[in-house]
Amino acid sequence: MSEHAAPDPSAGAGEAPAGRPGRVPVLEVRGLGKSFFGIPVLQDAALSLHAGEVHGLVGENGAGKSTLMKVLAGVYQRDQGTVLIDGREVHFSHPTQAHEAGLSTVFQEFNLLPDRSVAENIYLGREPRKGLFVNRALMNRTTADLLASLGITSIRPTAQVRSLSVAEQQIVEIAKAISYDARIISMDEPTAALAGPEVDLLYAIIERLRERGTAILYVSHRLREIFDLCDTITVLKDGRIVDTRPAAELDDSALVRMMVGRPMSAYFPDKLPEDEMAEPPSTTALLELSDAGNDQVDGINLTVEAGEIVGVAGLQGSGRTELVQAVFGAQPFTRGTMRVDGIELLPRSPRQAIRGRIALITEDRKAEGLSLNLSLLDNALSVIRSVFPRRTGAVRQEVPGMFSTLEVVARDLDQEVQYLSGGNQQKVVLAKWLAISPRIVLLDEPTRGIDVGAKVAVYRLMRQLAAEGAAVLMVSSELPEVIGMSDRILVMRDGRLAGELPAGAGEEAVLQLATGARNGNGHNDGGSARSGSFPPPGGEGEGEPA
Amino acid sequence: MNSTRKAGGFFARLSSTRIVYLVALLTLIVGAVLVATTGRNFFSPGNISSILTGTSVLGFIAIGQTLVILVGSLDLSVPYVASLTSLIAAGVMANSSANILPGVLLALGAAAVIGLANGLIVAGLKVHGFIATLGMGLIISGYLATNFKGSFGQAPFAFRLVGATGLGPVPISTLIMLGCAVLAMLLLHRTRTGHHIYAVGGDLNVARMSGIRVQTPIITAHVLCSLLAGMAGLLLASRLGVGSPTVGSQGGYDLLSIAAVVLGGTLLSGGKGTITGTLGGVLIFAMLDNIMSVMQVNPFLKDVVRGVVIVVAVAVYARRSIVKRQPRFGHGQPEEPARKQEVAA
Repeated sequence: MSEHAAPDPSAGAGEAPAGRPGRVPVLEVRGLGKSFFGIPVLQDAALSLHAGEVHGLVGENGAGKSTLMKVLAGVYQRDQGTVLIDGREVHFSHPTQAHEAGLSTVFQEFNLLPDRSVAENIYLGREPRKGLFVNRALMNRTTADLLASLGITSIRPTAQVRSLSVAEQQIVEIAKAISYDARIISMDEPTAALAGPEVDLLYAIIERLRERGTAILYVSHRLREIFDLCDTITVLKDGRIVDTRPAAELDDSALVRMMVGRPMSAYFPDKLPEDEMAEPPSTTALLELSDAGNDQVDGINLTVEAGEIVGVAGLQGSGRTELVQAVFGAQPFTRGTMRVDGIELLPRSPRQAIRGRIALITEDRKAEGLSLNLSLLDNALSVIRSVFPRRTGAVRQEVPGMFSTLEVVARDLDQEVQYLSGGNQQKVVLAKWLAISPRIVLLDEPTRGIDVGAKVAVYRLMRQLAAEGAAVLMVSSELPEVIGMSDRILVMRDGRLAGELPAGAGEEAVLQLATGARNGNGHNDGGSARSGSFPPPGGEGEGEPA
Repeated sequence: MNSTRKAGGFFARLSSTRIVYLVALLTLIVGAVLVATTGRNFFSPGNISSILTGTSVLGFIAIGQTLVILVGSLDLSVPYVASLTSLIAAGVMANSSANILPGVLLALGAAAVIGLANGLIVAGLKVHGFIATLGMGLIISGYLATNFKGSFGQAPFAFRLVGATGLGPVPISTLIMLGCAVLAMLLLHRTRTGHHIYAVGGDLNVARMSGIRVQTPIITAHVLCSLLAGMAGLLLASRLGVGSPTVGSQGGYDLLSIAAVVLGGTLLSGGKGTITGTLGGVLIFAMLDNIMSVMQVNPFLKDVVRGVVIVVAVAVYARRSIVKRQPRFGHGQPEEPARKQEVAA
């Protein structure tokens, strides 16, 4: 116990054959199979990782990526096949055994205790001891060294995890994985909650790990990252390996085709042609905010017209979520005015917003979007039942049709939503809001953690809602999505609108506004920025950690 | 009440432990003034001794309760454990000082066994502590009611001294209780078991995935909680001079101890809290009791006051326990509800 209780982070770096791919793969998987309740979710999976290699694992949700990682991590036990580490076969029945063998996993959900310190979290379960007592001094010192070895000095080992930004928490999560002297690290969507510079920070950390000779298995839905980071890419589909190829031989469209068997052009659906629109797009502003603000956002002036999709970009913590939460009345505006279809309405609660037929698809569907242990039907009817109870019966008739339009894959309407894949869960959330026939649709990271197929379904639905005359306001960290879908792009920084960009603006322009690289006069060339004044970046500076 | 609400913004910047001690200080000042109006001295050695005496029984139980609440469980069997141990101790001692040690050991042994049973039911059978210890409490209370019709046994004089003497105004029993508190603090903050108690209470799954045997901290916390309830039972036997089947339940120590723990800033769902805070909670209750006794307040009103204190305290914590980012704009905005999502973001 005690010999690995306080791993020295520098030791692992020294021994590793830096950057040189070994002949024997550090990790080799052959013929791996796993079934749940007789349904195979992974069949004949094979891959191999060499020291210093970053290996991308891509596939739609439900393709078996997470299952593969969990089998490797010892969370699940495999049914068939062999797993070799350094050429020796291993069996893990618990994650700790994987750690001891040098394999750590950064799971998609944070595995941190928010009320404990960074050091306490990293050494959880193997706190170094001095006699009877935990050696806090050593624990804090080695944590500081560990973080420094990743190039991070801004995180104090004694800081409470809750006080850290999402990006910093992600770094702590990675540091914890490394602290097991890991030679193989698998990461399940480590950037799902990150944006812009935070992703760069993660890139830098992965680069350092690669130099040390750590092998990395990298799962992401963001193809850009896969190409930026990975040497080799393995594509999974329906529990089977489609192919493993050097990243250099592939491009976006080839990869998407392998994942879904669908060309890239179908990714962002075009606007519906005029004649298919239910009603001609009116030029009335459905949503209008003037000088609106609360304690997180300020001086918000914006309009979203009927039939329009407006994207909201910005860094993590720039106030995007707070903006849509405020429109939805979850954290109400405390000043300024809001008009819906010309009529003043400043919702004080989500209930008031819903009565005004405003819908919010929140970024955390498991915590805020769904009752996981209720059925598809109950979830779809939950808003209608509580806010418009008299329409419940009518909507109930429409639910099956709604689900089939959305292509929800489920056993039946009575299945509990917790057993659905992320993409299908998100479709249930959408169905729940479609039920109120929303006039204003607010979407917060609508495609986070869902597969390409479901993403396309979400995009199509957004187009359709707009065509039917709704005003759509979409917050997203994924720039291609914002750019591909929006008629206009609003960029937020430090709780204010930093500017507005027209459809088809470049990622560069969005990032410049988001980071304040074009300060001062920047918003003037950013087009018709409707925020009257351009404040100097200030406030609490939550947006940019590190 | 009004002052509490006004101080909300100020409280928001304090740790819960500091709030508890501020409230305790406030209680002290208000108490001193009120008691002075009746022409008596709140700070007389006699009165201080009486307050501190009031802290010891609840103190023992609340320390144990803190441990089980931190690990994410609860213990509703404590009053019955206290009654049982008072009976065992007084029964075994039977007015002979030679039997003090066996009496104490047997009583604590019985308490430990009950705690072990609670811990095994909670950790092994995955029954929530609320239900497991409710059942255990019923079992013990049924046993006591069937077999003991009134007080039983006799504590020898030497044992009775424990509950009756003190160093100056500080009762020995309070010192023992504080000793236990220090040990519990060492356990929580300096040992692996303590770290794991916080971890399991904070998030069982995270603890498990970090390689912690999650049963161990749960069982440890339950055994220690029962042992401390046993200590409370011994102290009660020492004070009464006899064992009593109802001494624990009359004190209402199950809910009162939970209230003291929560008043002390510990999250009822576990994973966050301190022994120091709990001691503050216990002290507040002891002072309230003392003040109201001295003022000869109607006993029903006592409960009203206790109830108000608990609810107000927890309402204050609730406003700040969801740690979130600082407001970026605005000045003295009213509180905004449900900001949890940003933490989850």
